[in-house]
Amino acid sequence: MGGEAVSGGIGRSVRRPDGPDKASGVFRYAGDLRVPGMLHARTLRSPHPRARLGRIDAAAARRLPGVAAVVTAADVPGVATYGLIVADQPVFAAAEVRYAGEPVAAVAAVDVATARRALAAIEVDYEPLPPSTDPERVLAADAESLHPAGNLFREIDIRHGEPGVDGPVVVEDRYVVGMQDQAFLAPEAALVSPAADGGVDLLVATQWLHSDREQLAACLGIPENLVRLTLAGVGGAFGGREDVTLQIHGALLARATGAPVRIAYDRVESFLGHPHRHPARMWFRHTATADGELVSVQANVVLDGGAYASSSPAVLANAVTHAAGPYRVPHTRLRGVAVRTNNPPCGAMRGFGVPQVTIGHEAQMDRLADALGMDPVELRIRNAVRPGDVLPTGQVLGAPLPARELIQLVAARPLPPPPTADVTGLALPGGLPAAAEPGRVRRGVGYALAYKNLLFSEGMDDSSAARVRLDLTDDGTPRVRVHSACAEVGQGFVTIAGQIARTELGVEQVVLAPADTAVGSAGSTSASRQTWMSGGAVRGACVAVADRLLARVARAADLPAEVVEAPRRTLRIAAGHIVGVEAGLRIGIADALAEGPIEADYTFHHRRTTALDAEGQGDPHVAFAGAAHRAVVDVDIDLGLVRVVSMALAQDCGTVLNPLSLRGQVEGGTAQGLGLALMEELITVDGVVVNPTFHDYLLPTIADVPDLDFVAVTEPQPDAPYGVKGVGEAPTCTATPAIVAAIRAAVGRDLRRVPVRPQDLVDLPTRPDLPTGSDLPTGSDVPAGVDVPTRAGVDPAGGASTA
Amino acid sequence: MTAVPADGLDAGAEGADRAGGAAGADGGESYRLNVDGFLRTVNGASIGDSLLTVLRDTLGVTAVKDACEQGRCGACSVLLDGRLAASCTVLAADADGTRVVTVAGLGGAGLARAVRAMFLAEGAVQCGFCTPGFVVAVTDLLTRHPDADEEEIREALAGNICRCTGYGRILAAVRAVQAERGALRSGDAHSSGETQRHGETQRHSDGGPDGW
Ligand code: FES
Ligand code: FES
Repeated sequence: MGGEAVSGGIGRSVRRPDGPDKASGVFRYAGDLRVPGMLHARTLRSPHPRARLGRIDAAAARRLPGVAAVVTAADVPGVATYGLIVADQPVFAAAEVRYAGEPVAAVAAVDVATARRALAAIEVDYEPLPPSTDPERVLAADAESLHPAGNLFREIDIRHGEPGVDGPVVVEDRYVVGMQDQAFLAPEAALVSPAADGGVDLLVATQWLHSDREQLAACLGIPENLVRLTLAGVGGAFGGREDVTLQIHGALLARATGAPVRIAYDRVESFLGHPHRHPARMWFRHTATADGELVSVQANVVLDGGAYASSSPAVLANAVTHAAGPYRVPHTRLRGVAVRTNNPPCGAMRGFGVPQVTIGHEAQMDRLADALGMDPVELRIRNAVRPGDVLPTGQVLGAPLPARELIQLVAARPLPPPPTADVTGLALPGGLPAAAEPGRVRRGVGYALAYKNLLFSEGMDDSSAARVRLDLTDDGTPRVRVHSACAEVGQGFVTIAGQIARTELGVEQVVLAPADTAVGSAGSTSASRQTWMSGGAVRGACVAVADRLLARVARAADLPAEVVEAPRRTLRIAAGHIVGVEAGLRIGIADALAEGPIEADYTFHHRRTTALDAEGQGDPHVAFAGAAHRAVVDVDIDLGLVRVVSMALAQDCGTVLNPLSLRGQVEGGTAQGLGLALMEELITVDGVVVNPTFHDYLLPTIADVPDLDFVAVTEPQPDAPYGVKGVGEAPTCTATPAIVAAIRAAVGRDLRRVPVRPQDLVDLPTRPDLPTGSDLPTGSDVPAGVDVPTRAGVDPAGGASTA
Repeated sequence: MTAVPADGLDAGAEGADRAGGAAGADGGESYRLNVDGFLRTVNGASIGDSLLTVLRDTLGVTAVKDACEQGRCGACSVLLDGRLAASCTVLAADADGTRVVTVAGLGGAGLARAVRAMFLAEGAVQCGFCTPGFVVAVTDLLTRHPDADEEEIREALAGNICRCTGYGRILAAVRAVQAERGALRSGDAHSSGETQRHGETQRHSDGGPDGW
């Protein structure tokens, strides 16, 4: 072996180890799992957004031939409720139903058709109650409490600088963001088997095995060590699998029947079954000096958390702490509430509270540029944060965060050629079925800059554990076995883990043990954290194995101990070998392993952060990643249809471990932001989701998403393994506001509502039964979220106003 | 259910050979489907079951994915007598007499192999749940239009949803297949460079360090 670096290590575009099986259809997703004798489970859900729950009569359902069990709230042996942060969500509704789609019962039967018939045979007495669906009304003094824990999930009030200090140039407005769904492609599924020891074994598609286990054990009333989870193939997640959905229901049925149970959702049930991205109503007031320096930013954010808490408290913290954006602002007052309503629960989705506020602060920056007569790029450059700056929370921004460079880089990318009169088909807004008349197309260009926190915040001592074993295969080849509970959901951790192990141990063959609860928690696959956290754990375990390997070799060669000790280490691992720089030693790793395998555990922690105090001050975030997008759009001014012509992205990526994987993350993140800008909205009417299908909830297709012109800034993050940063979330935050800004530039309307709909761009009649989001928070002197009056005469649907 | 070899063809997308004569339904709810070259007897399926449901739940062919059951995502794409179809929109009983080809039956050689290889090389697979449907759809497209231009590619694949990749790497994979098979117009220096890179057989699947 000639080269010193092992192939397939970090920095290379190594291919996914699970790729061949996925491309040939052999790979088993959770929904593909079948075992002989298994039962099929289905869930009964409330059609009412709010109702008193009377008698549930399942006798007829239980008598149906082929029905093995029906379970309801009465059958939950342990804690009746669960939740990611607070356990406020009933396993099954009891006494009261709080959202349309809330589980009421679950059935296991010999086949799906029988299970469905059984659901229809369950009689439930609902006494419908008037739902509270307006997030701005539920905190009013006379508002009804919707839950014993009240209607306020959390309130945050950040005060920094001097109150009341203003610049001479003022822009103030309100913005609405609709409810986006993660819409991962593989609906929820699990295979749950009862075990002889009284425990239960789950094969499940999830983001966080150990959190699921903790919640399962509590609700089942059995010790955690009797609840064993193994990750089944996961078809995307994007935050939508961070909460427990069908896990507890499936376990109850498996224990009730003594048989393995396949529990799975179809698309409609998937839309109803997991929490969504929070809809937001936001008010912003920005002031600046006459030459464009920000003086103050005030914000008031109302997040509709729906019926149960999920991760609302943490999402709110992200939204409020990021509300001023990556800008230097001497005086800030940033407030927000996350509230309970009878709308569907909302929780984690890629960006986690930051996309919403980015839509607001970036619209404000454009408005401010307009008011100043300044170029929007120039305004952002002038105010961009730099490492060492003090953020609104009092946190000192660490390096690197090249905000200024990002917006400069993206603005310097070549623009696409202007629209010409002779383009046809897909090159026009509306595509083939509704192509615009060429002369009726307007072009617009828009920018957005954002930063997004990485990892868990606010003092949480987050960690990830990994176990690494170096041994020999039967034919004597060295092999690394990596065991981590990190949930591979498509992001590519399985690839990265192998690259790290090859790099640290000089061994080409790496196998990943299945992710399960037999090893310590890896934490959630969320918050842009797994490459850093679980990558750090794998690296730490590999380093420990390498140290023992070198010590073994030194001992065998009678070398002094310091040859393996920093900083005077002279023994090191190269591809397939241990080499001694001065000693002239060269030993095959396989030979060194002859006396036995080496195994080590490692638990990685990030640096400690702190909680926010009463003034919203602290050191809440581990680190940040920045991104800047430029969008170019064409708008059909007759039909209000938008075509995104080009997207450019400059992103602060830290050290790049796998360029191809990075590219996939930023392109995917950009497409999800595009979806939120133009088409993705889960619409509720009086709390009921009216479009829970792929027919009615539109997702971007390959015809909607242009090629991404991508520039990576790769300055290493000093406290992260190899200098990495998480990369998946930042581009989702900036894609949406950049596209909306481009549309504003094209049509000259304010556009305060996202997604932007055709009726927001041309004066089409709006269906009166659909919400317009006309009630918005206002006034800086009004307590956050409490009884906020609305300002008359403003239609945030955008129909009436022009820039 | 039983499985017997049917026509033994490498079920390439080009083929439209029917095994229909051997697959006549013998009345009632029992009928036979020719799936990936095997005659499979379907018993006990409901007469209203979609081809997707029968493939996955009755016959255990889970290479075909189920994501919307509305014909809106393409995850369940198959070839019916060589024509691309969303199997969730076809009644299984109506597929009696047609040749059903899933991603598993596209074969290990030729165009389908190239499509799969380029999906991996170009990073078009993340969670992979859309991949079987895309591989079928891309194989179908490049069978019919080997030199489809960008607009034709985007139009042809607009029925397949991918939630992970943002489509950039999928488009790159399609172009790479075209380049490898010499179908791209000449004079495109960038693409021919890619051809060279992807032509290499790499034991460790180790691409270049400069993927962006
Ligand atoms: S499952 Fe058939 S098109 Fe979506
Ligand atoms: S790779 Fe996940 S949906 Fe396409």
